[in-house]
Amino acid sequence: MSTVKQDTRHRDILGTSALRPDGVAKVTGAFSFSSDMWAENMLWGATLRSPHPYARIISIDTTAALLISGVSAVITAQDVPGKATYGLISADQPVFASDFVRYMGEPIAAVAADHPETCRRALAAIIVNYEVLTPVVDPELAMLATTEQIHPDGNLIRHQHILHGEAHITSDITVEGNYTIGMQDQAFLGLEAAMAFPDSGGNGVELHIATQWLHEDRGQIAACLNLPEDSVRVVLGGVGGAFGAREDISLQVHCCLLALRTGRPIKMQYSREESFFGHVHRHPAKIWMKHHATKEGKIVKVESRMVFDGGAYTSTSPAVLINGITHTQGPYQCDNAVVDGYAVRTNNPPCGAMRGFGVVQACFAHESQMDKLAHACGLSPVEVRLINAMHTGDKLITGQVMESVAPVERCIRETDLIPLPAPLALDANVLEFPGGSGRTADRHNIVRGIGWGVSMKNLMYSEGFDDYATARCTLSNGIASLKFATSEVGQGFVTLAPQIARSVLGVDDVVLETSDTQIGSAGSTSASRQTWMSGGAVDGACRLVRERLFEHVGRLHNIDPIRLMIEHTDVIDTIGTFRISVTQATQGITLSETFEHHHRKTEDLDENGQGNCHVAFAFVAHRAVVDVDIELGLVKVVQVATAQDVGRVLNPLSALGQLEGGIAQGLGLAVMEEIILDNGRVKNPSFTDYLLPTALDAPHVVAIMIEEPEPQAPLGAKGIGEPPCISVTPAIVAAIRAATGKALSRVPVRPQDICL
Amino acid sequence: MNNSIGNEMYTLHINGQDRPVKDAWVGESLLYVLRERLELPGAKGACEQGECGSCTVIMDGDAVCSCLVMAATAVGADIVTVEGLIENDPSMAVTAQTITSQITDVQQAFIEEGGVQCGFCTPGLIVAVHHLLEKNPEPTELQVKESISGNICRCTGYGRIFAAVEAVVQVRKASR
Ligand code: FES
Ligand code: FES
Repeated sequence: MSTVKQDTRHRDILGTSALRPDGVAKVTGAFSFSSDMWAENMLWGATLRSPHPYARIISIDTTAALLISGVSAVITAQDVPGKATYGLISADQPVFASDFVRYMGEPIAAVAADHPETCRRALAAIIVNYEVLTPVVDPELAMLATTEQIHPDGNLIRHQHILHGEAHITSDITVEGNYTIGMQDQAFLGLEAAMAFPDSGGNGVELHIATQWLHEDRGQIAACLNLPEDSVRVVLGGVGGAFGAREDISLQVHCCLLALRTGRPIKMQYSREESFFGHVHRHPAKIWMKHHATKEGKIVKVESRMVFDGGAYTSTSPAVLINGITHTQGPYQCDNAVVDGYAVRTNNPPCGAMRGFGVVQACFAHESQMDKLAHACGLSPVEVRLINAMHTGDKLITGQVMESVAPVERCIRETDLIPLPAPLALDANVLEFPGGSGRTADRHNIVRGIGWGVSMKNLMYSEGFDDYATARCTLSNGIASLKFATSEVGQGFVTLAPQIARSVLGVDDVVLETSDTQIGSAGSTSASRQTWMSGGAVDGACRLVRERLFEHVGRLHNIDPIRLMIEHTDVIDTIGTFRISVTQATQGITLSETFEHHHRKTEDLDENGQGNCHVAFAFVAHRAVVDVDIELGLVKVVQVATAQDVGRVLNPLSALGQLEGGIAQGLGLAVMEEIILDNGRVKNPSFTDYLLPTALDAPHVVAIMIEEPEPQAPLGAKGIGEPPCISVTPAIVAAIRAATGKALSRVPVRPQDICL
Repeated sequence: MNNSIGNEMYTLHINGQDRPVKDAWVGESLLYVLRERLELPGAKGACEQGECGSCTVIMDGDAVCSCLVMAATAVGADIVTVEGLIENDPSMAVTAQTITSQITDVQQAFIEEGGVQCGFCTPGLIVAVHHLLEKNPEPTELQVKESISGNICRCTGYGRIFAAVEAVVQVRKASR
């Protein structure tokens, strides 16, 4: 009878919509974000930033600031005891600028004081003399050898060429275009914040920080502090979203330096304005692309030139560039390619990781091209994409063979089957009009359009990087505890990890230990990689513990461990004669195992851009329906239909949340979000001027998840975080083109692009 | 916390209690005082200019952005924060279990419908939705969208948040 009870009891295992373990804390306000920390005797830290995009620093005078009552410390470049620079790929960014400032908002000094207002006054009292220089802001000019090199490492961060197949082959039809992608901000809600506690004696520091990658932070911090890595403990503070913007160092080093200098806990948190200056953004890009195809619409060759504006420092630009150019073909077969990509240093704000990482830019170009190709061949957007759809086993333009499950055709067909929304009713509420609550649209000027976008996205890190993940599982008295350094940024790994443990070990109670650097690295929460990588590590650790459990039970009950298995919450033998609950079987014992999950090896690209540089890929199709007020240039995205290749759904509710959230961000890039620059100056560093999608902008999303388990993935599941935000942008723009007949070759599409 | 720049003293009325504020700087926002002086960090700051709604609290029956209210001008107002939505039984220790049994239907629905990801927008939205449903127990879909359009969520795309509000409306309707 007990078996029946167990069969019907709901357990939060893999495949169920298990609820977030931090849900109650988050809805009651009890969850501790890194900005919620408070400590006895703490001081506030704040950063002085450059008002100029490019200038020589002549002098910095901190005397007056130090005299202000309540100010405990003012530090500049000369107070950095270790390495003067940091960076994810190349350490070319100063902790504090000392000779030149290379972008508006670059840190120059930091202060510690007893109140945020005292900090503000201290910053205002620091006198910096600049020789203002003319910023280099056009990447095309910046990359010329004749242009002033604004950094000792030069202005060209990376160039990579791809040559695949026959360079000079031509065909019946060619379509080409120039495309521009604006600078998008991740705009996570939880601003940068941290608290640093100095060790007594000042020989070490503990930093609580909202970050995507604890171990990478630790390495960079320790080098700048000139401390051994194990004297820097980095603990994950509650993270209010990330989307790539927490991969680079922002206030980490400054906060630790102030703590060590003052011997007191330091709390730092950015304002929204400072946040716009304090983290990297999505690369603006200019892309020329040309497709050669047969009359039937079959792609023969793709040519492209991509220029990514990396801003003042390297960050992840070299990797973003590679992602961009290696996705030139999109999810389509293509035997011949000539591509050149450039990542360039300028005096614009530094750019780096943002959800979609280089592929967003390439996808806007290739999808715009696919529609041009469809038009040239007399095909529908769906037909041209189906004719060219990639399959498993196809060769990519890097020479790499597509080994991932590649249900591109299915993504397109299933999206196509999703019913279209009803036409805008004649008596529709004005809130449903383009322009929303502003009541700006006139019903008679509203035209509906439909557009398509399909994309391919690599998963995990590329080019030979071993971004492994570590996890430890400890099982005792029927309770599993899991330890990992994986950053929970909102995506739901804290929900998934216990689901894995329950599925593998037959336990119900799973405890998550603190995420910190007291265990091996988990790699970054980025590149759609944590379900695969940290999920693989948790799964591996739990499986090792399960083996130990079977050995233990086997020994006690004289059964060959090979005959033992988990059924629900029991250990049973395969012939059904033996049963003991996991709780009982683990009374008084502790089994603990650590597992590192490594993905398969990848390689660098050669000078022709050939090489197995990526681990795996995921695919998605989007169809957007928009209403456009053609007179005022306003857009309302009515519906987004999508079918996404997810491998396997591990938590339907979380997965849907990723799809919907990603679509909203792609919508933002399509019609709203852009950091506007004027000669290197950011003109809109606030939520008043940088517009984000609100509840009224959210489209109705109809999502299908295509489950074809990925054999390479430890849980059969592909990463799902990035694909939703990639091809939805070109789909929306295509829909606006369909409604307006305008060419629209840049995103975001602005009202003046439509109505002027 | 003692500091060098302020010595204002006043008392705020928050979640049914008088909360004295000492040694404050007069320029502090209500959001700052709640978070940094009164150990009520539930309201969050994400824009400091009334654009994101993360800092929403109820003041004399209105949903307001606490980042835009000078704390010293809120003397005499009846303020409810996200912490005040739960009916705390002071005789019970606050543990995960007691809280779970006391959370509101709106809070429960946000968890069950997937309206929470990073959770930074959540307290502000919870307060805003409580306020909405108090004023308008059966809002239309558009009324829901309009009333929470001042609360930005960067993670969810709002779909699961709409589902949460809808779930509460349905359950409340059925139980009336
Ligand atoms: S912090 Fe108050 S509205 Fe954003
Ligand atoms: S859940 Fe992250 S901002 Fe809403």
